[in-house]
Order: sequence, then C-alpha cells, then structure tokens
Amino acid sequence: MGAEFLLQGATIKRLLVGLGVTLRISLVSVALSIPFGVLMGVLFTRKNRMLQVVLRAYLNFIRVMPQLVLLYVVFFGSATTLGLNFSGEVASIIVFTLWGAAELGDLVRAALESIPRSQYDSSYVLGLTQRQTFLRVILPQALSRLLPPSVNLVTRIVKTTSLCMLIGVVEVVRVGQQIIDYYRFDYPQGALWTYATLALLYFCICWPLSMLSKWLEGRNTR
Amino acid sequence: MDWGLVHAYTPLFVTALRVTLMVSAGGVAAALVVGLLVAIVRLWHVPVLDQLSIAYVEVARNTPSLVQLFFLYFGLPKLGILLSQETCAIVCLAFLGGGYMAEAFRAALVAVPPIQHESAQVLGLTRRQAMRHVVLPQAMAQATPALVANVVFLVKESSVVSGIALADLMYVAKDIIGQSYDTVEALFLLVVAYAIILLPISAVGSAIERRFAYGR
Amino acid sequence: MSDRTRASIPANSTSAPTAQSSAPLSGRQPVLELRNVTKRFGPLTVLDGIDLSVAQGEVVVLVGPSGCGKSTLLRCTVGLEQIDGGEVLLDGEVVSGRERTQQDRSRMGMVFQSYDLFPNMSVIDNVTLAPTIVRGQSQKDAREKAKALLARVGLADRADARPSTLSGGQQQRVAICRALAMEPEVLLLDEVTAALDPEMVHEVLQVVLELADDGLTMLIVTHEMSFAQAIADRVVMLDAGHIVEEGGPEFFTNPKTERAKAFLRTFEFHRSGRDS
Repeated sequence: MGAEFLLQGATIKRLLVGLGVTLRISLVSVALSIPFGVLMGVLFTRKNRMLQVVLRAYLNFIRVMPQLVLLYVVFFGSATTLGLNFSGEVASIIVFTLWGAAELGDLVRAALESIPRSQYDSSYVLGLTQRQTFLRVILPQALSRLLPPSVNLVTRIVKTTSLCMLIGVVEVVRVGQQIIDYYRFDYPQGALWTYATLALLYFCICWPLSMLSKWLEGRNTR
Repeated sequence: MDWGLVHAYTPLFVTALRVTLMVSAGGVAAALVVGLLVAIVRLWHVPVLDQLSIAYVEVARNTPSLVQLFFLYFGLPKLGILLSQETCAIVCLAFLGGGYMAEAFRAALVAVPPIQHESAQVLGLTRRQAMRHVVLPQAMAQATPALVANVVFLVKESSVVSGIALADLMYVAKDIIGQSYDTVEALFLLVVAYAIILLPISAVGSAIERRFAYGR
Repeated sequence: MSDRTRASIPANSTSAPTAQSSAPLSGRQPVLELRNVTKRFGPLTVLDGIDLSVAQGEVVVLVGPSGCGKSTLLRCTVGLEQIDGGEVLLDGEVVSGRERTQQDRSRMGMVFQSYDLFPNMSVIDNVTLAPTIVRGQSQKDAREKAKALLARVGLADRADARPSTLSGGQQQRVAICRALAMEPEVLLLDEVTAALDPEMVHEVLQVVLELADDGLTMLIVTHEMSFAQAIADRVVMLDAGHIVEEGGPEFFTNPKTERAKAFLRTFEFHRSGRDS
C-alpha cells in the first residue's frame, strides 16, 4: 500500500501534537468569541443609529475578507505598523476571535429578533420586569435558536485553522507536510495517504459537530 | 504608506485579480452545476447516487478546503492523475462549493410545498416537467440568498490556491511581502482588491434577501 | 358577586345609555374606567375620546368592524400602548400616563388572540412563572394553585406538557389560566378564539362563560356574536375610534343605530330566491 509509515508510533504522535495545536487555536478562539459575540449581538438590537453603522461596517468588512487575508493583515501588518510581533498562533487566535465574534454577534442579533413581539407583550401584562422578561422568557428561547448555527460556526473555525500553517504555525496540516517530506524517498506515495489522513482527522472532528447542529435544529422545529 | 509603491504594484494586482476572478468564476459555475444535480438526486432519492451524494456533501463540508486542495494537487499525481494548477484550483472550488450549493438547493426544493408537485401531477405533467416548470423556478427564488452567500464564500476560499503557487491576489501579496518587505502597501492593495470583488456581490445578496423578506 | 349567573343578568343596563355616560351596573363601583382616551398612530386617530367604565363583576363586550380600534383599546388599557390623551383608572386610581409598575400591570390580566404561551416552559411553569417571580409566591403554593386552575379548564393531566404539543384550544385555555393565576381585578380578552379551528372555539368560550358566572370582571373583544350575546352584561360597539352604540344584550336583536344594524347584517347569510 505504501502507507505503513502513517502507522508508526512517532508519526501518529506527531500528528496528534499538530492536531492539539489545531484544537487549541480553535477552542481559545471560540471561548473568546462567545463573550464578545454576545455583547455585539445585544448592541446590535439597540436602536442607536451610530452604533448600528459601526457594527454593520465591522461585520461586513470581516465577512467579505478572506480569513487568509485577515491572517496576513494581523500577522504581517501589526508588526510593520504597530511594532507588535505576534507569534503565528497569537495572530491566528486574534483573527479567529475577530471573525467569530462578528459572526456570533450577527447570530445573537438574529436570535433575539426572531422572538415574537407578543412574547414581550405577554410578559408585560403578567407584570414581569424587563430583566425578568429577558432572563426568563427571551433568553432561553433565543439560546435554543442560537445553538445550531453557533455549533456550525465552530466547525467553520476548526476547518479554517488549517490556514494558520500559511503564516508559519505548525498545526496538523503543517505536521502532515513535514511527515511527507521526511518519508519522501522511502514512501513516494506519502502525499496521497497523508492528505487523505488529514482530511479524515478533520472529518472526525467536524462531522459530529455538523450532525449535532442538525439534531439541535431538528429539535427546535419539532 | 508609500503611495508611489502602491501605484507601482497596482498592475501586478490587476493581473492577479484576473486570476482570482477566473478561478472563482470557474469554481462557482461548476459548483452550481454539481450542487443542483446533487440536490435533485437527493430529492428524487435516486438509488445508490442518493447515498453517494450524502457522503459527498458531508465530506465536502466537513474537511478544510486547504486539505482538499493539497490532496488534489499533491496527492492525486501519485495515482497518475496530474492536474494543472488552474484546473486543480477550479476542481477544488467545485468540490467544496458543490457541497454547499447542494444544501442550498435542497433546502429550497424541500421548501416548495408538496401541493405544488401534486398540482402539477394532477395537470398531467411528468416529474421532470414539474421540476423544470413548477418546482425549480419557485425553489430558485427561495435559494438565491443562500446561493449568493455561497458565491461570496467561494471567492474568499479561492485565496487558498496561493498555497499551490497559483499567482492569485494572495500569492502576489505574499510575494511582495517576502521579497521587498513592502508589507503595508501589499496588504492595502490586497484588502482593496478583495473589497472591490466582494462588496458588490455581498450588497446584491443583501438586497435580494431584503426584497425576499418583504415578499413573504 | 359569585352567586350571579347568566340567567339573572340584571336588566337595568338596558335603561342605562344616557348619552355617553356608559353607566356601570347601578350602585357598583367601577373597577376600570377610561376617560376621554385618545390614541393616534401618526396622522391616524385610532381612538377618539373613548369613555368607558366596567363595574365590579360586569362583563362588557366590545364589538365592531375590523380596524375599528377594539384591540388598540385593550392594549391601551393594559399599557402596552401609551395613550395620547385622557386617562385610564383602576379602582379610581390613574394608572396611565406614566411607566406602569409591576403591580399596576399584574392587576389587569390579558389574553391574546395567538395565545403566546412561553414555548420554552411546560404548561404549569407558564402558569406559575408570574406568581412566583412577580408576587413572590412559593413554588409549592403557586403550583398548587396552578393545578387547581388547570383542573378547572380540564387540563390537569397536561400540566407537564410542552405548549407545542397542545391543540390551539388547549393552549388558549392555558393562557387563560396563566392570566388568572395573578388573580387580576379585571381580565381583558382580545379575540381569544380568532386563531382557533371552529371545533375548538366552543371549549374556550365555555371556560370564559364559567368565569363570568363566577363573577370575574371582564372586557372582551370578540367576533363570536352568539357568544357575545350570551355573555354580555353590556355591549359596546366601536366604529372608527368612536363608541357608536352601547346597551344590553338586546343590542344583537334590536340595534338602534344604522351603523350597528349594518354591522350585524354582515354576520347573516341569505341566498337569493330562497328567503321569504
């Protein structure tokens, strides 16, 4: 087969270390995106004109820029213009947090806006305060609508961390390339098997998340 | 920022912009075809193809585009399949985008009420005629916002083709930064170039979405 | 009041309509009073100087063509809409023209057309939410009372169900329980059967009739004319933001104004050549 090298202990260990970096970047970015995203979403629903314009502009900029461009801007741009030398990993976390917070903010906004006006009315006539209405009635409903697309966002972030290798982060794809290089002469078919394995590794992380998102969504529409 | 340098580098970026546009356009067109076919196969539950389609969509959506690209460009030659950089880039976007487009089409097709199929059937249309004249036109309207969002997504994803040394916008910027350290100018041109391509598409998308929301 | 039944509707209201006084049942203290209430949406005056009072234990039915301002009147009364003129009094105390306190709001109950149960809570949690967090009742007391209310509307066995698993009629009965759990002084019903399938209308209206028999003060907007006739102590017809006629249940059989006659005719069907 020509793929035995992938089953050697050292290779597996190196891949797992790379995968650890991938997951570390993903998890830290997601964890940071949550508070910023929720804050952004709540601010989005405020009727302040100026705030709306600023948030919209930010969201649209992040949305139309390829993540790779953002990585370059933060990694190379911040060193030149701000004199800040971020490591590849820190730059990656900054970019994925900026992106994650923007996307999550929009999801939070949509979830809050999807709660019918009548839910507020019903709470009002029962005598609930604004705070009680938000915490007891609106938030629980918004959360169940928010969860499926948020889980999808996590999958997108995990997949996109593969781009970090292009700014020098040694994550799982970069480790894969190193393995291919190392076995170049002994296993000339290495690239085929290694990239297939990498795809499989990502699939094993992302596919269950996608299924979870679908399941959560199905539960909502029932 | 040195505007003289910006001016000097502009022609390079214009050439690269063409490459990005060419790859994206090819990829989007192919992804639309793949997506529509897959969606119809799934809607009609064509035996075998249905299961294959499900597997394909899941793989396309749950693996990174960069890995898909590397597999096509570095992996497939080991099986004797040699693709040029351009072909590889377009095939990659078609593979990736096909999965997303398929879901967009499918969601829209499923949303067409069954009564529409039944009405067409009662009028004596064949399944294919009903699809072409009744169901698909309605589904297209419904799918448009998602399709436009996928186009934006694919143009953005096309930036990964710089990873196989195809001279797109990303590659040119990387080249300038690596060789002459004119980082700010290169990044500025890079951001402007993507904004020029994607802001109009994104604006059209929002406009369609708004109109669609009012129509309901 | 609890001894009052539909059969003994006092006839005194028939003699009441002196000009616009909308006199409550004689000798009874008005629970709810609207004085010269005006509401505008932009250039449109939806309510134009409405005077209306509802006495303790009285059931007032508001009728009128679509868009005449009936629902707006209810929404202004509970404070969901700010009024542009006049005042709303509850037990003789002005509650309009300022931010209403939790206490003000919970003294009036309201049930909406689209039931609007909280979908994230079970049936019984819908009913106990406000008593526990607004009135500070213990979970145990609130649940006990909620169970009694649910039993009364025939839904004791659905206490732990999710609202989405209930039929429209059942959901609406839960919504009524949710409002009653706060022991409101007056209950406002806004077309509570308009969104229901015909076979579910009766089960909901039956509950409302029983509440009336128990002496609950109610202000009801409805399009169900036979129900209105059965339940009303007093009927108020609204058209284009004005009260055009008010009187006892005989409004339905013997309307006085042309507007009322024309309105009531829209509920009749005639097939030409068949009627005598």
